[in-house]
Amino acid sequence: MRSDGKTRAPFTLKAAAGLGLAFMHLPIALIFVYAFTTEDKSYQWPPPGFTLKWLEVTWNRPDVWDALKLSLQTATISTLIAMVLGTLCAAAVSRTKFFGRETISLLVILPIALPGIITGIALRSAFSIADIPFSIWTIILGHATFCVVVVYNNAVARFRRTSGSLVEASMDLGANSFQTFRHVILPNIGTALLAGGMLAFALSFDEVIVTTFTAGQQSTLPIWMLEELVRPRQRPVTNVVAMVVVLVTILPILAAYYLTRDGDQVAGSGK
Amino acid sequence: MKQAILITSHHHPFKTSATRHFPCISEVRPYAGGLQTTGFSMTTAVSFSKVSRHFGTVRAVDDVDLSIAEGEFFAMLGPSGSGKTTCLRLIAGFEQPTAGHIEIFGTKVENVPPYRRNVNTVFQDYALFPHMNIIDNVAYGLMIQGMGKTERHAAANEALELVALPGYGDRRPGQLSGGQRQRVALARALVNKPKVLLLDEPLGALDLKLREQMQEELKTLQRKLGITFVFVTHDQGEALSMADRVAVFNDGKIQQIGSPQDIYQRPQSRFVADFVGSSNVLEPAFVKQLTGTESYASLRPEAIRIGQPDGHSATVIGSSYLGGTTRVGLALGDMRINALIPADQAVPENGTTVQINWQADELHLMGGKP
Amino acid sequence: MTVPSPVNATNQSSAVLPGQGGWTGSLSDKFWRNPKLLLILMLTPPALWLGIIYLGSLFALLAQSFFSIDEFSGMVQYELTLKTYGELFRPANLDIIIRTVSMAAIVTVGAACVAFPIAYFAARYARGKWKALFYIGVMLPLWSSYLVKIYAWKLILAKEGILNWIFAKLHLTWLLEAWLAIPIIGGYSLSVSYTGTFLVFLYVWLPFMVLPVQAALERVPGSYLEASGDLGATPSQTFRHVIFPLALPGIVAGSIFTFSLTLGDYIIPQIIGSSRLFIGQAVYAQQGTAGNIPLAAAFTVVPIVIMGFYLWGAKRMGAFDAI
Repeated sequence: MRSDGKTRAPFTLKAAAGLGLAFMHLPIALIFVYAFTTEDKSYQWPPPGFTLKWLEVTWNRPDVWDALKLSLQTATISTLIAMVLGTLCAAAVSRTKFFGRETISLLVILPIALPGIITGIALRSAFSIADIPFSIWTIILGHATFCVVVVYNNAVARFRRTSGSLVEASMDLGANSFQTFRHVILPNIGTALLAGGMLAFALSFDEVIVTTFTAGQQSTLPIWMLEELVRPRQRPVTNVVAMVVVLVTILPILAAYYLTRDGDQVAGSGK
Repeated sequence: MKQAILITSHHHPFKTSATRHFPCISEVRPYAGGLQTTGFSMTTAVSFSKVSRHFGTVRAVDDVDLSIAEGEFFAMLGPSGSGKTTCLRLIAGFEQPTAGHIEIFGTKVENVPPYRRNVNTVFQDYALFPHMNIIDNVAYGLMIQGMGKTERHAAANEALELVALPGYGDRRPGQLSGGQRQRVALARALVNKPKVLLLDEPLGALDLKLREQMQEELKTLQRKLGITFVFVTHDQGEALSMADRVAVFNDGKIQQIGSPQDIYQRPQSRFVADFVGSSNVLEPAFVKQLTGTESYASLRPEAIRIGQPDGHSATVIGSSYLGGTTRVGLALGDMRINALIPADQAVPENGTTVQINWQADELHLMGGKP
Repeated sequence: MTVPSPVNATNQSSAVLPGQGGWTGSLSDKFWRNPKLLLILMLTPPALWLGIIYLGSLFALLAQSFFSIDEFSGMVQYELTLKTYGELFRPANLDIIIRTVSMAAIVTVGAACVAFPIAYFAARYARGKWKALFYIGVMLPLWSSYLVKIYAWKLILAKEGILNWIFAKLHLTWLLEAWLAIPIIGGYSLSVSYTGTFLVFLYVWLPFMVLPVQAALERVPGSYLEASGDLGATPSQTFRHVIFPLALPGIVAGSIFTFSLTLGDYIIPQIIGSSRLFIGQAVYAQQGTAGNIPLAAAFTVVPIVIMGFYLWGAKRMGAFDAI
């Protein structure tokens, strides 16, 4: 047998790739089924019946709403901070060669490269040393730190793709730094920033490891879920919340993909 | 200051022209060569005095003196890394000199950022803004100046007509061919009515046919508008065919400045002889036998005639057919030289000994410069 | 000095335009004259944030690993000592470290095996619409909620869940029971066995392996494979001698993620698996209930050191080009 498969894949490869993809997606699909099961005491399969009752029950749960609200607030503010810091960093790193450039890149990537538990416990002990009480702001402090890299990666990729002579052309045509930023740089990196922002939002909205160390008594939605996972008390509500979380995170990811699809890929290493 | 500018031309024979427009005494400044086609005012558009631009230990531009007259089509020719593009960027303001002074129309431009210089650039990669359509690209400079939309679009359309792209305003840069983008880049620069237009290898990305056509058009356009053009290229044919004057760069220094004829027929250094027109360089010892002067000399390949009854014995070591001509490689003593002969002339066999000859005035002494 | 109107500024007489006035104009001029100023202004906020908040906390934590805890009072003694690091080598703690590193290694190998066909197919055969689909197909699980993914596996692995049901339908329950009867990797049920922990780790980190491997394979020109086949290699020889060596940097890059993430995770083994601790759990327990911050800090140094060596080795293999 010759290696003939330039145009058509061998069956075994196709099957292995297909099974691999199925392995990645079926468990998530399962969440959608469980959200409508009538069983509320166990994880019984197949579900004995289907009902929409749990949607209503979840809707009327103030603790879920509080957690959702805190998660949305945290993700929004963290994303905004990360977008400012990440863009500044990317602009500095990609426009000029300066001493310590590699160090800056490393510094940005470090919070995501080191295990989250290290970031979490480091921040927690720093808060206790500095006597900072836990609040939404301590959560945001942690989230913004590891969200910077996502925005940074997207912005750096776009800057790399954007010809440096565009900025020079703009200045050559009479625009000062601020006019150049507004009329040339921003429109060119805008979609990458938006994509980075959406991924940062998804990352923050979902984060649990660092948050457990920086949240104190309040729960974000992931913390709420984690408690349910460790000590299941209201399985049906958890099922519905899980489904909502999947939907809330999928939308920004798809949007980010759409925004950056021609050219730079959404940097997966950013997570 | 003016003395410094004069220095640039001290080793050239001064020429005076009867066709100069503004014989304003205070501005009179002789300069060398290249006054055949149009008359130029005596105003100096751009002048460099002892300008250097060093990047660390790299001397991108090293102690350059230069003056470009208003209305001139000036070419900067040299291999990549020779400093020609850095010179252009110094005029545009993207680089600042580490030493020396640059004046544009008599104003020192140190501390003047690019956006305050009335100089525009056509970039090598055109640098059209991908997020704007053509009309907004062309009108960008006017928009920045605060001109109203109708007014600037009218001006931009006019500029597009000038470069033979009327009605292309609604398209995006990505929808145009390389040649069309190049014209848009030109229109975008010209619409601002710059005092000096800088062109950074603008024809480099075009194929041969289009490049030849654009050379013609650029030349015509420059004559029509009377704007000073400073043109950077590594293509000697392009520089010779378009420019009024050519500066040949190597290693951050200007090797020679002069009219295309000067540069081509009377190269003053071995580098210029090699780089422009592939002239043969004859060794001092050989030249001494011929002329009595011990000096390098240049000899153009097409000046060599093969098969003369009297002359110098040379051995044929190879030949290549070039279409209109044939290039014959010859060993003359221990020198290797090239001759260009018409294609219809018989090509001698490799290894045969032939007699070669040339007219005495085709041999140009280059002084002691190697 | 009067500032001429902008339109007049282009008239033929001026080679240099006047400043645009206003603070933006003059600030912009300053940036041009001193490019470093702009650079410093751009770098200061992120450098301050990351430098003070992140690095500061990290160093504070590391500093604490050189303190020790008084065994009687339970108070932290602020004297420099290596005693806490010594505690890491107690058999119980050493067990935790070995367990975690072994799991990380097995998960990494497993992820490489499962990811390779997906990445290979996506890189070499998928075109156009299929390519986009594969890309989204990897990106979606990568970015979807970590907790939801774990939760899904809790549903799958439960005694009354779908996996047991499938085995029962296929009349293979005996096989599952035989597997669970194997010591170490088995257990009372899948959800409290190392097998379960492994499956969830594999699932959660798999996309992190697919993307870099695919990136590495995209860079292998198809002509290499044709050349290998042309020279008489069988497909398996081509794989061993051409494809695999060229994909290796991508695999190593992916393994950085799978290895590091497994080392530091404390939620997955807490929810799915036996009650034996992993490093992450140990850190969590020491800083939380035990209140032994120095030991917790010393434990965090373990993954940092392991990853330091790992990254050093990966860099030498050229893995960073594939990320």
